Amino acid sequence: MDSVLTVNSLTMNFGGLRAIDSVDLEVRQEEIVALIGPNGAGKTTFFNCLTGIYEPTEGDIFISPTPGGRRRINGIKINRIAEMGIARTFQNIRLFSNMTVLENVMIGRHCRAKAGVLGAVLRGRKTRREEQEIVDRSYEILVRTGLADQADEPAKNLPYGAQRRLEIARALATEPFLLLLDEPAAGMNPRETDELEELIVRIRDEAKISILMIEHDMRMVMSLSNRIIVLDYGEKIAEGTAAQIWENPVVIKAYLGEDFQGDA
Amino acid sequence: MKASEEFKKSFFISLWFMLLTFPILVIRVNTIEKVVEWRWRNMAFIGIGSFLLSFVWRRLLSRKEKGRQPAETGNVETLPLGRRLLAEPRIYRPALTALALFTIAFPLLFSSYQTNIMTTALIYVMLGLGLNIVVGLAGLLDLGYVAFYAVGAYSYALLNHHFGLGFWTILPVGGLLGALFGILLGFPVLRLRGDYLAIVTLGFGEIIRLILENWNAFSFGPSGIANISRPGLFGISMTLNEATIYIYYLMVALCLFTIFVVNRLQDSRIGRAWIALREDEVACQAMGIDKTRTKLTAFALGATWAGMVGVIFAAKTTFINPASFTFMESAMILSIVVLGGMGSIMGVILGALILILTPEYLRAFSAYRMLLFGTAMVLMMVFRPQGIVTNIRRVYRYGTKGKESRPAQA
Ligand SMILES: Nc1ncnc2c1ncn2[C@@H]1O[C@H](COP(=O)(O)OP(=O)(O)OP(=O)(O)O)[C@@H](O)[C@H]1O
Ligand SMILES: [Mg+2]
Repeated sequence: MDSVLTVNSLTMNFGGLRAIDSVDLEVRQEEIVALIGPNGAGKTTFFNCLTGIYEPTEGDIFISPTPGGRRRINGIKINRIAEMGIARTFQNIRLFSNMTVLENVMIGRHCRAKAGVLGAVLRGRKTRREEQEIVDRSYEILVRTGLADQADEPAKNLPYGAQRRLEIARALATEPFLLLLDEPAAGMNPRETDELEELIVRIRDEAKISILMIEHDMRMVMSLSNRIIVLDYGEKIAEGTAAQIWENPVVIKAYLGEDFQGDA
Repeated sequence: MKASEEFKKSFFISLWFMLLTFPILVIRVNTIEKVVEWRWRNMAFIGIGSFLLSFVWRRLLSRKEKGRQPAETGNVETLPLGRRLLAEPRIYRPALTALALFTIAFPLLFSSYQTNIMTTALIYVMLGLGLNIVVGLAGLLDLGYVAFYAVGAYSYALLNHHFGLGFWTILPVGGLLGALFGILLGFPVLRLRGDYLAIVTLGFGEIIRLILENWNAFSFGPSGIANISRPGLFGISMTLNEATIYIYYLMVALCLFTIFVVNRLQDSRIGRAWIALREDEVACQAMGIDKTRTKLTAFALGATWAGMVGVIFAAKTTFINPASFTFMESAMILSIVVLGGMGSIMGVILGALILILTPEYLRAFSAYRMLLFGTAMVLMMVFRPQGIVTNIRRVYRYGTKGKESRPAQA
């Protein structure tokens, strides 16, 4: 299958700290790839580089939203990258908490609409049609993500698990080809995690969206991902299927620590 | 908190106050008779007074805490009374009609002095609505808003003075210049937020005022510009009284226009982007919203109204000087927005009317004006930080829901 995201020797320095050290990564069409690693390994930083929040120090990021439409996105502004079709969720939930659930998703549709100041004031037929389309599409996404009942609720009133799902819904509204999920199951109970797993699979199968996710819940990582990539201290230390990863001594060392081996 | 606990705390606070004020309020050395007077009565007053105040304060605070916990939503029955009344057509229709009639009849019912005051209040309504875009919707704390007001006023005064251009020509020009200056301010502060933004905008406001004050050749300095023409009406000549009434109606019309536009902006793709930007800048950009553009539109569209009102202000007073555009004005307009309720049109209107009209009609207390004002603001921030009128998020029509509406509190 074609790759939708190709990252070549990506490096990110914060002053003297090398948060990501020459990492290669590829996500192919309709693939679910998991990015794992201990705390502080640089996973979120990697996402921030992909979405334009940080400009990588070195390396290249290429995307191919359509087969053959390959382009380099280093240093492009955050909102332009979102427009190009990379959407993400945040590890520390960043919803628009005083807006309603529906409005949160509507913001996701912002970049797919056009109405400007004049359109807003005159509110002609075109603007009204566009607005209604935003509402309808957003509502549809809420139905698909199981949040339709809370559409008019302020986002901050949602329970934690639902807030995480709303982040996904909002990201889906931008019509991405690649969805980046930063610890989507964090803080969820087992039932919510199961529902989330099912949702992620559905997103890939129905919407044909490729997924790159950071996750600490190993059960979920094992059951969902086609491929797993392990980061430690900014370096990629392993890549492979679930079985390969867990037999890899380097990974075990990274997770259990140097001392553990030394003492044992 | 339990009542007994509150009681105890208040008791200790009053003890503390009695101790603190003991040296100045109780002991008095009478230097003539060379005796020390012990004014125990003062101590009793302080004790009882501080006890009661602290008790009431705690009560209110704990009530507020309680009110916050169960986040009641959705149900129409649980909405505050004001909202329920407003949602009822049988009530708000006649109320609106009455309000409209009152507004129209105002200059006929009251003296031209009163009309003038009302015009001033309307000027602040418009300023508040403009600043509300920047502060209330987009969440950009702008402490130099008065600069745009000054730009509008001076553009009319100068163009009128030098070229004899009329009010109606300059009104849109004032708006455009306001917008231009809004963008001018917007560019350097794009990356700033919160306190930093506040400081820079404050500086911007002061710079504009200082330029007007010191660049004599351009702005006539502190002595200002006099004999500015009043707004014309097809060349009809008007007496002072008629002109006052005319400007009043003009202001009413402009306010309605502002409300109309701001309301539409608020309920649009752009308005939502502003609010999202206020809520979370990074998430907002990650959803594909252009931060630069969105912020600049907010600055420009906010400043437009100030520019336009500035023109009216100059035409109304026929004399302007930099003293009308001090930081106090910015603070006043900001208070209107904050007191009324950030992001709420209704709130801003109420805020402006209260803050501008109350001091006019409470002249008896004019010595305590700032004190009352300060107290009101502090109380407001503690007990109702969202302002008089809470902004309700709009409810959209979608799916099978059709016309049924269910407001959600924001
Ligand atoms: N803006 C920044 N400036 C300086 N250092 C940073 C910055 N962002 C991240 N870092 C550092 O980069 C390293 C990687 O952080 P990152 O948040 O990417 O880890 P992570 O793998 O997502 O960890 P976790 O599992 O805890 O979320 C950390 O040492 C962190 O302190
Ligand atoms: Mg992280």
